[in-house]
Amino acid sequence: MTTKIWVFIEQVEGLLAQPSLEALGEARRLADLQGGAVSGLLFGHNVAGLAATVAAHGADEVLLADDATLADFRTEAYGSLLVRLARERGPALILAGATTRGRDILGWAAADLETSALADVIALEYADGHLAATRPVYAGKLFGATLASKSPALVSLRPRAFPKPEPDASRAVNVVPVTAGLNEADLATKVVETLVEEGRVSLADARIIVSGGRGVGGPEGFAPVRALAATLGAAVGASRAAVDAGWIPYAHQVGQTGKTVSPDLYIAVGISGAIQHQAGMRSAKTIVAINKDPEAPIFKLARYGVVGDLFKIVPALDAEFKKRLGKA
Amino acid sequence: MHVVVCVKQTPDSAAKVSVENGKVTWGDAGLVVNPWDEYAIEEAIRLKEKYGGKASAISMGPETARESLKTCLAMGCDEAILISDPALKGSDALATSYVLAKAIEKFGDVDVVLFGKQAIDGDTGLVPVGVARRLGWAPLTYTIKIAELDAVAKTIKVERLLEEGKQVVTSRLPAVIGTVKDINEPRYPSFMGIRKAAKAVIPIWNAVDLGCDPAKIGPMGSAMTWPQINALPARQGSVELLSGTPEEAAAQLADKLLADKVI
Repeated sequence: MTTKIWVFIEQVEGLLAQPSLEALGEARRLADLQGGAVSGLLFGHNVAGLAATVAAHGADEVLLADDATLADFRTEAYGSLLVRLARERGPALILAGATTRGRDILGWAAADLETSALADVIALEYADGHLAATRPVYAGKLFGATLASKSPALVSLRPRAFPKPEPDASRAVNVVPVTAGLNEADLATKVVETLVEEGRVSLADARIIVSGGRGVGGPEGFAPVRALAATLGAAVGASRAAVDAGWIPYAHQVGQTGKTVSPDLYIAVGISGAIQHQAGMRSAKTIVAINKDPEAPIFKLARYGVVGDLFKIVPALDAEFKKRLGKA
Repeated sequence: MHVVVCVKQTPDSAAKVSVENGKVTWGDAGLVVNPWDEYAIEEAIRLKEKYGGKASAISMGPETARESLKTCLAMGCDEAILISDPALKGSDALATSYVLAKAIEKFGDVDVVLFGKQAIDGDTGLVPVGVARRLGWAPLTYTIKIAELDAVAKTIKVERLLEEGKQVVTSRLPAVIGTVKDINEPRYPSFMGIRKAAKAVIPIWNAVDLGCDPAKIGPMGSAMTWPQINALPARQGSVELLSGTPEEAAAQLADKLLADKVI
Protein backbone atom coordinates (compact mmCIF):
# COMPACT_ATOMS: atom_id res chain seq x y z
CA MET A 1 0.00 0.00 0.00
CA THR A 2 1.23 3.43 -0.86
CA THR A 3 1.81 5.77 2.04
CA LYS A 4 0.03 9.01 1.29
CA ILE A 5 2.04 12.00 2.42
CA TRP A 6 0.40 15.39 2.15
CA VAL A 7 1.96 18.82 2.32
CA PHE A 8 -0.10 21.92 3.08
CA ILE A 9 1.20 24.52 0.64
CA GLU A 10 1.16 27.98 2.09
CA GLN A 11 0.79 30.87 -0.31
CA VAL A 12 0.47 34.47 0.68
CA GLU A 13 -1.02 36.68 -2.02
CA GLY A 14 0.17 34.31 -4.70
CA LEU A 15 3.70 33.78 -3.37
CA LEU A 16 4.74 30.34 -2.12
CA ALA A 17 6.14 30.32 1.40
CA GLN A 18 9.67 29.00 1.72
CA PRO A 19 8.81 26.57 4.60
CA SER A 20 6.27 24.82 2.32
CA LEU A 21 9.01 24.06 -0.18
CA GLU A 22 11.18 22.68 2.61
CA ALA A 23 8.23 20.51 3.68
CA LEU A 24 7.83 19.24 0.11
CA GLY A 25 11.48 18.22 0.13
CA GLU A 26 11.07 16.29 3.37
CA ALA A 27 7.83 14.68 2.14
CA ARG A 28 9.62 13.53 -1.01
CA ARG A 29 12.48 12.06 1.04
CA LEU A 30 10.08 10.13 3.31
CA ALA A 31 7.96 8.99 0.36
CA ASP A 32 10.99 7.65 -1.47
CA LEU A 33 12.07 5.76 1.66
CA GLN A 34 8.60 4.38 2.40
CA GLY A 35 7.35 3.81 -1.11
CA GLY A 36 4.84 6.61 -0.82
CA ALA A 37 3.29 9.36 -2.88
CA VAL A 38 3.37 13.10 -2.18
CA SER A 39 0.36 15.37 -2.64
CA GLY A 40 0.60 19.13 -2.37
CA LEU A 41 -2.52 20.85 -1.04
CA LEU A 42 -2.86 24.17 -2.81
CA PHE A 43 -5.74 26.29 -1.50
CA GLY A 44 -6.51 29.85 -2.55
CA HIS A 45 -8.11 31.95 -5.26
CA ASN A 46 -6.53 32.20 -8.71
CA VAL A 47 -3.52 30.19 -7.57
CA ALA A 48 -3.51 27.42 -10.23
CA GLY A 49 -0.34 28.98 -11.65
CA LEU A 50 1.59 27.83 -8.57
CA ALA A 51 0.89 24.13 -9.19
CA ALA A 52 3.89 23.69 -11.48
CA THR A 53 6.25 25.00 -8.79
CA VAL A 54 4.69 22.65 -6.23
CA ALA A 55 5.19 19.70 -8.58
CA ALA A 56 8.76 20.74 -9.41
CA HIS A 57 9.64 20.68 -5.70
CA GLY A 58 8.52 17.08 -5.25
CA ALA A 59 4.74 16.66 -5.39
CA ASP A 60 3.32 13.76 -7.44
CA GLU A 61 -0.06 15.46 -7.53
CA VAL A 62 -1.46 18.83 -6.56
CA LEU A 63 -4.89 18.91 -4.89
CA LEU A 64 -6.10 22.31 -6.00
CA ALA A 65 -9.01 24.09 -4.33
CA ASP A 66 -9.58 27.43 -6.01
CA ASP A 67 -12.44 29.43 -4.58
CA ALA A 68 -13.28 32.96 -3.45
CA THR A 69 -13.82 31.72 0.13
CA LEU A 70 -10.15 30.70 0.13
CA ALA A 71 -8.76 34.02 -1.10
CA ASP A 72 -7.28 34.81 2.31
CA PHE A 73 -5.97 32.19 4.68
CA ARG A 74 -8.51 31.69 7.43
CA THR A 75 -7.96 28.83 9.82
CA GLU A 76 -11.64 27.90 9.90
CA ALA A 77 -11.96 27.81 6.09
CA TYR A 78 -8.66 26.16 5.26
CA GLY A 79 -8.85 23.87 8.30
CA SER A 80 -12.37 22.65 7.49
CA LEU A 81 -11.36 21.89 3.91
CA LEU A 82 -8.23 20.05 5.01
CA VAL A 83 -10.27 17.92 7.43
CA ARG A 84 -12.87 17.07 4.78
CA LEU A 85 -10.21 16.02 2.26
CA ALA A 86 -8.34 13.98 4.87
CA ARG A 87 -11.53 12.10 5.78
CA GLU A 88 -12.27 11.41 2.11
CA ARG A 89 -8.78 10.39 1.06
CA GLY A 90 -7.00 9.06 4.16
CA PRO A 91 -3.45 10.42 4.20
CA ALA A 92 -1.00 8.83 6.65
CA LEU A 93 0.94 12.03 7.25
CA ILE A 94 0.26 15.73 6.72
CA LEU A 95 3.19 18.15 6.78
CA ALA A 96 3.20 21.94 6.91
CA GLY A 97 5.74 24.62 7.70
CA ALA A 98 5.72 25.63 11.38
CA THR A 99 4.53 29.13 10.51
CA THR A 100 1.61 30.99 12.07
CA ARG A 101 -0.67 29.54 9.39
CA GLY A 102 0.85 26.05 9.34
CA ARG A 103 0.64 25.64 13.10
CA ASP A 104 -2.96 26.89 13.21
CA ILE A 105 -4.31 24.70 10.42
CA LEU A 106 -2.75 21.56 11.87
CA GLY A 107 -3.98 22.43 15.37
CA TRP A 108 -7.49 22.81 13.98
CA ALA A 109 -7.31 19.56 12.03
CA ALA A 110 -5.90 17.66 15.02
CA ALA A 111 -8.97 18.51 17.11
CA ASP A 112 -11.35 17.29 14.38
CA LEU A 113 -9.38 14.19 13.41
CA GLU A 114 -8.63 13.34 17.08
CA THR A 115 -4.99 12.93 16.28
CA SER A 116 -1.67 14.42 17.25
CA ALA A 117 -0.12 17.54 15.84
CA LEU A 118 3.62 17.64 16.41
CA ALA A 119 4.70 21.26 16.29
CA ASP A 120 7.98 22.80 15.23
CA VAL A 121 9.70 19.53 14.38
CA ILE A 122 13.40 19.58 13.43
CA ALA A 123 13.92 15.91 12.42
CA LEU A 124 11.58 13.18 11.24
CA GLU A 125 12.02 9.42 10.76
CA TYR A 126 9.99 6.25 10.48
CA ALA A 127 10.99 3.70 13.10
CA ASP A 128 9.16 0.33 13.15
CA GLY A 129 6.32 1.84 11.19
CA HIS A 130 5.86 4.66 13.72
CA LEU A 131 6.61 8.23 12.95
CA ALA A 132 9.28 9.57 15.30
CA ALA A 133 9.85 13.30 15.47
CA THR A 134 12.43 15.40 17.25
CA ARG A 135 11.22 18.74 18.51
CA PRO A 136 12.61 21.41 20.80
CA VAL A 137 10.91 21.83 24.18
CA TYR A 138 11.50 24.26 27.02
CA ALA A 139 12.26 26.92 24.40
CA GLY A 140 14.95 24.84 22.78
CA LYS A 141 16.77 24.12 26.02
CA LEU A 142 15.97 20.40 25.50
CA PHE A 143 15.02 18.12 22.62
CA GLY A 144 12.15 15.68 22.85
CA ALA A 145 11.73 12.51 20.81
CA THR A 146 8.00 12.24 20.10
CA LEU A 147 5.98 9.38 18.68
CA ALA A 148 2.71 9.96 16.89
CA SER A 149 0.38 7.16 17.97
CA LYS A 150 -2.68 7.97 15.86
CA SER A 151 -3.23 8.41 12.15
CA PRO A 152 -2.94 10.67 10.33
CA ALA A 153 0.06 12.26 11.99
CA LEU A 154 0.16 16.01 11.57
CA VAL A 155 3.60 17.57 11.68
CA SER A 156 4.73 21.17 11.33
CA LEU A 157 8.39 21.59 10.37
CA ARG A 158 10.53 24.34 11.78
CA PRO A 159 11.52 26.76 9.01
CA ARG A 160 15.10 26.22 7.80
CA ALA A 161 15.50 22.95 9.75
CA PHE A 162 15.04 21.00 6.49
CA PRO A 163 16.81 21.78 3.21
CA LYS A 164 14.91 23.43 0.38
CA PRO A 165 14.85 20.95 -2.52
CA GLU A 166 16.20 21.87 -5.94
CA PRO A 167 13.25 22.32 -8.31
CA ASP A 168 13.02 19.81 -11.16
CA ALA A 169 10.97 21.36 -13.98
CA SER A 170 10.82 18.01 -15.79
CA ARG A 171 8.53 16.52 -13.13
CA ALA A 172 4.97 15.92 -14.30
CA VAL A 173 2.34 18.37 -13.10
CA ASN A 174 -0.80 16.44 -12.11
CA VAL A 175 -3.46 18.82 -10.91
CA VAL A 176 -6.48 17.28 -9.19
CA PRO A 177 -9.19 19.93 -8.76
CA VAL A 178 -11.18 19.61 -5.54
CA THR A 179 -14.22 21.61 -4.48
CA ALA A 180 -13.89 24.04 -1.59
CA GLY A 181 -17.42 23.26 -0.39
CA LEU A 182 -17.49 26.31 1.87
CA ASN A 183 -20.21 28.89 2.29
CA GLU A 184 -19.07 32.42 3.12
CA ALA A 185 -22.07 32.96 5.40
CA ASP A 186 -20.94 30.07 7.63
CA LEU A 187 -17.52 31.59 8.27
CA ALA A 188 -17.24 33.70 11.45
CA THR A 189 -14.08 35.55 10.47
CA LYS A 190 -13.45 38.06 7.68
CA VAL A 191 -10.05 39.39 6.72
CA VAL A 192 -10.35 43.17 6.47
CA GLU A 193 -6.82 43.94 5.34
CA THR A 194 -3.24 42.75 5.43
CA LEU A 195 -0.58 45.33 6.17
CA VAL A 196 2.62 43.97 4.67
CA GLU A 197 5.81 45.58 5.88
CA GLU A 198 7.62 46.33 2.63
CA GLY A 199 11.18 45.24 2.13
CA ARG A 200 11.41 43.33 5.38
CA VAL A 201 13.16 39.99 5.40
CA SER A 202 11.19 37.46 7.46
CA LEU A 203 13.19 36.43 10.52
CA ALA A 204 12.10 32.78 10.28
CA ASP A 205 13.18 32.46 6.64
CA ALA A 206 16.35 34.54 6.90
CA ARG A 207 19.69 32.99 5.98
CA ILE A 208 21.50 35.78 7.81
CA ILE A 209 20.30 37.80 10.82
CA VAL A 210 21.98 40.84 12.34
CA SER A 211 20.58 41.45 15.80
CA GLY A 212 20.98 44.33 18.23
CA GLY A 213 20.69 44.35 22.01
CA ARG A 214 21.00 46.59 25.03
CA GLY A 215 24.51 47.58 23.90
CA VAL A 216 23.20 49.58 20.94
CA GLY A 217 22.01 52.12 23.52
CA GLY A 218 18.90 53.53 21.83
CA PRO A 219 16.72 53.50 18.71
CA GLU A 220 19.40 55.32 16.73
CA GLY A 221 21.87 52.61 17.76
CA PHE A 222 20.06 50.28 15.36
CA ALA A 223 21.25 52.37 12.39
CA PRO A 224 24.60 50.56 12.01
CA VAL A 225 22.83 47.22 12.65
CA ARG A 226 20.32 47.94 9.86
CA ALA A 227 23.07 49.16 7.53
CA LEU A 228 25.06 45.95 7.97
CA ALA A 229 21.88 43.89 7.51
CA ALA A 230 21.08 45.74 4.28
CA THR A 231 24.59 45.08 2.94
CA LEU A 232 24.29 41.36 3.75
CA GLY A 233 20.65 41.01 2.63
CA ALA A 234 19.92 40.01 6.21
CA ALA A 235 16.93 40.32 8.52
CA VAL A 236 17.13 42.59 11.56
CA GLY A 237 16.67 40.96 14.95
CA ALA A 238 16.69 42.29 18.49
CA SER A 239 16.99 41.13 22.06
CA ARG A 240 14.17 41.48 24.54
CA ALA A 241 16.02 44.32 26.29
CA ALA A 242 16.03 46.42 23.11
CA VAL A 243 12.36 45.67 22.41
CA ASP A 244 11.21 46.34 25.97
CA ALA A 245 13.10 49.66 25.91
CA GLY A 246 10.99 50.60 22.88
CA TRP A 247 13.94 50.94 20.51
CA ILE A 248 12.54 48.53 17.90
CA PRO A 249 9.14 46.84 17.38
CA TYR A 250 8.34 43.50 18.96
CA ALA A 251 8.13 41.79 15.55
CA HIS A 252 11.96 41.79 15.57
CA GLN A 253 12.39 40.09 18.96
CA VAL A 254 14.41 36.87 18.98
CA GLY A 255 14.24 34.66 22.05
CA GLN A 256 11.96 32.82 24.40
CA THR A 257 9.07 35.32 24.19
CA GLY A 258 9.95 36.31 20.64
CA LYS A 259 10.86 34.30 17.58
CA THR A 260 13.01 31.21 17.32
CA VAL A 261 15.37 31.42 14.37
CA SER A 262 17.84 29.08 12.65
CA PRO A 263 19.88 31.15 10.20
CA ASP A 264 23.19 30.13 8.68
CA LEU A 265 24.75 33.20 10.27
CA TYR A 266 23.63 35.15 13.36
CA ILE A 267 25.53 38.32 14.19
CA ALA A 268 24.77 39.42 17.77
CA VAL A 269 25.60 43.07 18.26
CA GLY A 270 25.66 44.39 21.82
CA ILE A 271 23.73 41.34 23.06
CA SER A 272 24.98 39.76 26.27
CA GLY A 273 23.20 36.47 25.57
CA ALA A 274 20.78 35.82 28.42
CA ILE A 275 19.45 32.27 28.55
CA GLN A 276 16.09 33.47 27.18
CA HIS A 277 17.81 35.01 24.15
CA GLN A 278 19.92 31.90 23.57
CA ALA A 279 16.70 29.86 23.46
CA GLY A 280 15.71 31.73 20.30
CA MET A 281 18.98 31.61 18.36
CA ARG A 282 21.23 28.82 19.53
CA SER A 283 20.40 26.63 16.54
CA ALA A 284 22.05 29.17 14.20
CA LYS A 285 24.86 27.43 12.31
CA THR A 286 27.45 30.16 12.86
CA ILE A 287 27.20 32.79 15.58
CA VAL A 288 29.28 35.96 15.65
CA ALA A 289 29.34 38.07 18.82
CA ILE A 290 30.32 41.71 18.96
CA ASN A 291 30.32 43.01 22.51
CA LYS A 292 32.43 45.25 24.72
CA ASP A 293 32.25 42.80 27.64
CA PRO A 294 34.60 39.83 27.11
CA GLU A 295 32.72 37.94 29.86
CA ALA A 296 29.33 38.16 28.09
CA PRO A 297 27.71 34.68 27.88
CA ILE A 298 27.14 35.14 24.13
CA PHE A 299 30.87 34.42 23.57
CA LYS A 300 30.31 30.88 24.87
CA LEU A 301 27.98 30.19 21.94
CA ALA A 302 29.87 32.16 19.34
CA ARG A 303 32.20 30.76 16.67
CA TYR A 304 33.80 34.18 16.17
CA GLY A 305 33.92 37.15 18.49
CA VAL A 306 35.12 40.70 18.52
CA VAL A 307 35.50 42.45 21.86
CA GLY A 308 35.17 46.21 21.58
CA ASP A 309 33.04 49.20 20.64
CA LEU A 310 30.22 48.07 18.38
CA PHE A 311 29.85 51.61 16.99
CA LYS A 312 33.34 51.27 15.52
CA ILE A 313 33.32 47.55 14.67
CA VAL A 314 29.92 47.28 12.97
CA PRO A 315 30.52 50.17 10.51
CA ALA A 316 34.00 48.77 9.79
CA LEU A 317 32.44 45.36 9.08
CA ASP A 318 29.79 46.99 6.88
CA ALA A 319 32.48 48.83 4.89
CA GLU A 320 34.51 45.64 4.57
CA PHE A 321 31.57 43.63 3.24
CA LYS A 322 30.51 46.40 0.88
CA LYS A 323 34.00 46.18 -0.58
CA ARG A 324 34.07 42.35 -0.73
CA LEU A 325 30.55 41.99 -2.08
CA GLY A 326 31.08 44.72 -4.67
CA LYS A 327 28.47 47.01 -3.10
CA ALA A 328 30.83 49.89 -2.38
CA MET B 1 -19.42 40.23 29.34
CA HIS B 2 -17.67 37.11 30.60
CA VAL B 3 -14.00 36.72 29.76
CA VAL B 4 -12.06 33.56 30.64
CA VAL B 5 -8.27 33.44 30.61
CA CYS B 6 -6.52 30.06 30.53
CA VAL B 7 -3.13 29.93 32.22
CA LYS B 8 -0.44 27.33 32.70
CA GLN B 9 2.18 27.05 35.38
CA THR B 10 5.68 26.53 33.97
CA PRO B 11 9.27 26.59 35.17
CA ASP B 12 10.78 30.08 35.38
CA SER B 13 12.09 31.23 31.99
CA ALA B 14 15.50 31.84 33.56
CA ALA B 15 15.70 28.22 34.81
CA LYS B 16 18.51 26.03 33.60
CA VAL B 17 16.52 23.02 32.43
CA SER B 18 18.29 19.69 32.19
CA VAL B 19 17.61 15.96 31.99
CA GLU B 20 18.46 13.61 34.85
CA ASN B 21 17.70 9.91 34.56
CA GLY B 22 15.36 10.60 31.68
CA LYS B 23 13.32 13.17 33.63
CA VAL B 24 13.24 16.88 33.06
CA THR B 25 14.45 18.92 36.00
CA TRP B 26 14.90 22.63 36.57
CA GLY B 27 16.77 22.44 39.84
CA ASP B 28 15.53 24.82 42.50
CA ALA B 29 14.19 27.37 40.02
CA GLY B 30 10.63 28.38 40.82
CA LEU B 31 7.37 27.74 39.02
CA VAL B 32 5.78 30.80 37.47
CA VAL B 33 2.81 31.80 35.35
CA ASN B 34 3.81 30.94 31.79
CA PRO B 35 5.35 34.26 30.61
CA TRP B 36 3.18 34.39 27.45
CA ASP B 37 0.05 34.09 29.63
CA GLU B 38 0.77 37.34 31.50
CA TYR B 39 -0.36 39.25 28.41
CA ALA B 40 -3.57 37.22 28.22
CA ILE B 41 -4.34 37.85 31.91
CA GLU B 42 -3.77 41.59 31.47
CA GLU B 43 -5.99 41.66 28.38
CA ALA B 44 -8.76 39.77 30.22
CA ILE B 45 -8.72 42.33 33.02
CA ARG B 46 -8.68 45.25 30.56
CA LEU B 47 -11.67 43.84 28.68
CA LYS B 48 -13.58 43.48 31.93
CA GLU B 49 -12.64 47.00 33.01
CA LYS B 50 -13.72 48.45 29.68
CA TYR B 51 -16.89 46.48 28.95
CA GLY B 52 -17.98 45.38 32.43
CA GLY B 53 -18.80 41.85 33.47
CA LYS B 54 -16.41 39.29 34.85
CA ALA B 55 -12.91 37.96 34.24
CA SER B 56 -12.34 34.35 35.29
CA ALA B 57 -9.01 32.52 35.29
CA ILE B 58 -8.68 28.76 34.88
CA SER B 59 -5.65 26.54 35.01
CA MET B 60 -5.36 22.82 34.40
CA GLY B 61 -2.63 21.24 36.46
CA PRO B 62 -1.64 19.87 39.84
CA GLU B 63 -2.31 21.57 43.21
CA THR B 64 0.78 23.76 42.76
CA ALA B 65 -0.98 25.53 39.87
CA ARG B 66 -3.09 27.28 42.55
CA GLU B 67 -0.20 29.72 42.92
CA SER B 68 -0.54 30.80 39.29
CA LEU B 69 -4.25 31.36 39.80
CA LYS B 70 -3.49 33.51 42.84
CA THR B 71 -1.33 35.68 40.58
CA CYS B 72 -4.34 36.08 38.26
CA LEU B 73 -6.54 37.12 41.20
CA ALA B 74 -3.89 39.47 42.55
CA MET B 75 -3.64 41.16 39.14
CA GLY B 76 -7.41 41.68 39.07
CA CYS B 77 -9.31 38.61 37.88
CA ASP B 78 -12.64 38.16 39.71
CA GLU B 79 -12.53 34.41 40.20
CA ALA B 80 -10.23 31.47 39.62
CA ILE B 81 -10.88 27.77 39.19
CA LEU B 82 -8.34 24.99 39.30
CA ILE B 83 -8.98 22.11 36.93
CA SER B 84 -7.28 19.22 38.60
CA ASP B 85 -7.73 15.48 38.68
CA PRO B 86 -5.27 12.57 38.73
CA ALA B 87 -7.09 11.29 35.63
CA LEU B 88 -5.94 14.35 33.69
CA LYS B 89 -2.26 13.65 34.27
CA GLY B 90 -0.41 12.85 31.05
CA SER B 91 -2.80 14.80 28.82
CA ASP B 92 -1.23 16.12 25.62
CA ALA B 93 -2.41 19.16 23.64
CA LEU B 94 -5.29 17.15 22.15
CA ALA B 95 -6.64 16.00 25.53
CA THR B 96 -5.91 19.35 27.20
CA SER B 97 -7.90 21.27 24.60
CA TYR B 98 -10.81 18.88 25.18
CA VAL B 99 -10.76 19.43 28.95
CA LEU B 100 -10.44 23.22 28.72
CA ALA B 101 -13.30 23.37 26.21
CA LYS B 102 -15.42 21.35 28.66
CA ALA B 103 -14.59 23.84 31.42
CA ILE B 104 -15.52 26.80 29.23
CA GLU B 105 -18.80 25.10 28.33
CA LYS B 106 -19.49 24.59 32.03
CA PHE B 107 -19.40 28.37 32.60
CA GLY B 108 -22.12 28.59 29.95
CA ASP B 109 -21.98 32.35 29.29
CA VAL B 110 -18.47 33.01 27.98
CA ASP B 111 -17.91 35.67 25.29
CA VAL B 112 -14.13 35.68 24.97
CA VAL B 113 -11.48 33.10 25.88
CA LEU B 114 -7.90 34.34 26.10
CA PHE B 115 -4.68 32.38 25.87
CA GLY B 116 -1.00 33.21 25.75
CA LYS B 117 0.68 32.29 22.47
CA GLN B 118 2.12 29.04 23.79
CA ALA B 119 3.55 27.57 26.98
CA ILE B 120 7.31 27.82 27.36
CA ASP B 121 7.66 24.17 28.43
CA GLY B 122 5.78 22.13 25.80
CA ASP B 123 6.01 24.91 23.20
CA THR B 124 3.30 23.42 20.97
CA GLY B 125 0.97 26.44 20.69
CA LEU B 126 -1.78 23.98 19.74
CA VAL B 127 -4.17 24.35 22.65
CA PRO B 128 -5.82 27.73 21.78
CA VAL B 129 -6.81 26.65 18.27
CA GLY B 130 -7.81 23.19 19.56
CA VAL B 131 -10.13 24.72 22.17
CA ALA B 132 -11.65 27.03 19.55
CA ARG B 133 -12.37 24.11 17.26
CA ARG B 134 -13.97 22.03 19.99
CA LEU B 135 -16.20 24.92 21.01
CA GLY B 136 -17.01 25.73 17.39
CA TRP B 137 -15.72 29.29 17.87
CA ALA B 138 -13.36 31.34 15.75
CA PRO B 139 -9.66 31.08 16.59
CA LEU B 140 -7.95 34.50 16.57
CA THR B 141 -4.37 33.55 17.29
CA TYR B 142 -1.28 35.83 17.31
CA THR B 143 -3.44 38.81 18.28
CA ILE B 144 -1.50 42.01 19.04
CA LYS B 145 -4.47 44.35 19.38
CA ILE B 146 -8.18 44.17 20.09
CA ALA B 147 -9.19 47.13 17.96
CA GLU B 148 -12.96 47.01 18.47
CA LEU B 149 -15.40 44.95 20.47
CA ASP B 150 -19.16 45.27 20.43
CA ALA B 151 -20.53 43.37 23.40
CA VAL B 152 -24.13 43.84 22.26
CA ALA B 153 -23.74 42.97 18.58
CA LYS B 154 -21.22 40.26 19.62
CA THR B 155 -18.52 41.23 17.16
CA ILE B 156 -14.79 41.84 17.49
CA LYS B 157 -12.03 43.29 15.34
CA VAL B 158 -8.42 42.35 16.02
CA GLU B 159 -4.97 42.82 14.56
CA ARG B 160 -2.86 39.69 14.20
CA LEU B 161 0.93 39.54 13.82
CA LEU B 162 1.90 37.24 10.97
CA GLU B 163 5.23 36.59 9.24
CA GLU B 164 4.75 39.22 6.55
CA GLY B 165 3.10 41.91 8.67
CA LYS B 166 -0.22 42.59 10.34
CA GLN B 167 -3.63 41.24 9.43
CA VAL B 168 -6.88 42.93 10.45
CA VAL B 169 -9.69 40.43 11.05
CA THR B 170 -13.29 40.75 12.20
CA SER B 171 -15.15 37.91 13.83
CA ARG B 172 -18.34 36.98 15.53
CA LEU B 173 -18.24 36.37 19.27
CA PRO B 174 -17.73 34.19 21.16
CA ALA B 175 -14.16 33.71 20.02
CA VAL B 176 -10.87 32.31 21.29
CA ILE B 177 -8.04 34.82 21.23
CA GLY B 178 -4.38 33.84 21.36
CA THR B 179 -2.34 36.85 22.44
CA VAL B 180 1.28 37.71 21.78
CA LYS B 181 3.56 40.04 23.64
CA ASP B 182 3.08 43.66 22.53
CA ILE B 183 -0.69 43.50 23.01
CA ASN B 184 -0.22 45.25 26.36
CA GLU B 185 2.10 45.82 29.29
CA PRO B 186 1.05 43.40 32.07
CA ARG B 187 0.46 45.11 35.41
CA TYR B 188 2.11 44.06 38.64
CA PRO B 189 -0.23 42.70 41.29
CA SER B 190 -1.21 45.41 43.77
CA PHE B 191 -0.65 45.00 47.50
CA MET B 192 -4.42 44.88 48.01
CA GLY B 193 -4.70 42.38 45.20
CA ILE B 194 -2.15 40.10 46.78
CA ARG B 195 -3.97 40.23 50.11
CA LYS B 196 -7.28 39.48 48.43
CA ALA B 197 -5.76 36.59 46.47
CA ALA B 198 -4.22 35.08 49.60
CA LYS B 199 -7.67 34.78 51.18
CA ALA B 200 -9.54 33.76 48.04
CA VAL B 201 -11.19 30.36 47.77
CA ILE B 202 -10.18 28.63 44.57
CA PRO B 203 -12.61 25.80 43.77
CA ILE B 204 -11.53 22.64 41.99
CA TRP B 205 -13.35 21.22 38.99
CA ASN B 206 -12.43 17.60 38.34
CA ALA B 207 -13.00 15.41 35.29
CA VAL B 208 -16.40 14.25 36.56
CA ASP B 209 -17.54 17.83 37.29
CA LEU B 210 -16.71 18.68 33.69
CA GLY B 211 -18.43 15.58 32.31
CA CYS B 212 -15.26 14.43 30.55
CA ASP B 213 -15.33 11.23 28.53
CA PRO B 214 -12.60 9.09 30.22
CA ALA B 215 -11.40 7.94 26.79
CA LYS B 216 -10.57 11.52 25.83
CA ILE B 217 -8.37 12.55 28.75
CA GLY B 218 -5.00 11.60 30.19
CA PRO B 219 -2.75 9.20 28.28
CA MET B 220 -5.73 7.43 26.67
CA GLY B 221 -7.05 10.64 25.19
CA SER B 222 -3.62 11.68 23.98
CA ALA B 223 -2.18 11.04 20.55
CA MET B 224 1.50 11.40 21.19
CA THR B 225 4.04 9.93 23.55
CA TRP B 226 7.39 11.17 24.74
CA PRO B 227 9.72 8.17 24.91
CA GLN B 228 12.74 10.39 25.40
CA ILE B 229 13.84 13.88 26.26
CA ASN B 230 17.44 14.77 25.64
CA ALA B 231 19.76 17.57 26.53
CA LEU B 232 21.12 19.68 23.71
CA PRO B 233 24.32 18.48 22.16
CA ALA B 234 27.07 20.74 23.46
CA ARG B 235 28.22 23.34 20.96
CA GLN B 236 31.48 22.21 19.46
CA GLY B 237 34.63 24.29 19.75
CA SER B 238 35.21 27.59 21.44
CA VAL B 239 35.09 31.14 20.29
CA GLU B 240 37.85 32.55 18.13
CA LEU B 241 38.42 36.15 19.13
CA LEU B 242 39.53 38.54 16.41
CA SER B 243 41.67 41.43 17.53
CA GLY B 244 43.40 44.55 16.27
CA THR B 245 41.82 47.82 15.20
CA PRO B 246 38.12 47.71 14.26
CA GLU B 247 39.15 47.67 10.59
CA GLU B 248 41.61 44.83 11.13
CA ALA B 249 39.10 42.79 13.13
CA ALA B 250 36.45 43.44 10.48
CA ALA B 251 38.77 42.30 7.68
CA GLN B 252 39.66 39.08 9.54
CA LEU B 253 36.02 38.38 10.31
CA ALA B 254 35.03 38.92 6.68
CA ASP B 255 37.80 36.51 5.62
CA LYS B 256 36.55 33.84 8.02
CA LEU B 257 32.88 34.17 7.15
CA LEU B 258 33.52 34.12 3.42
CA ALA B 259 35.87 31.13 3.80
CA ASP B 260 33.17 29.33 5.83
CA LYS B 261 30.70 30.14 3.04
CA VAL B 262 28.10 31.49 5.45
CA ILE B 263 27.93 34.70 3.44
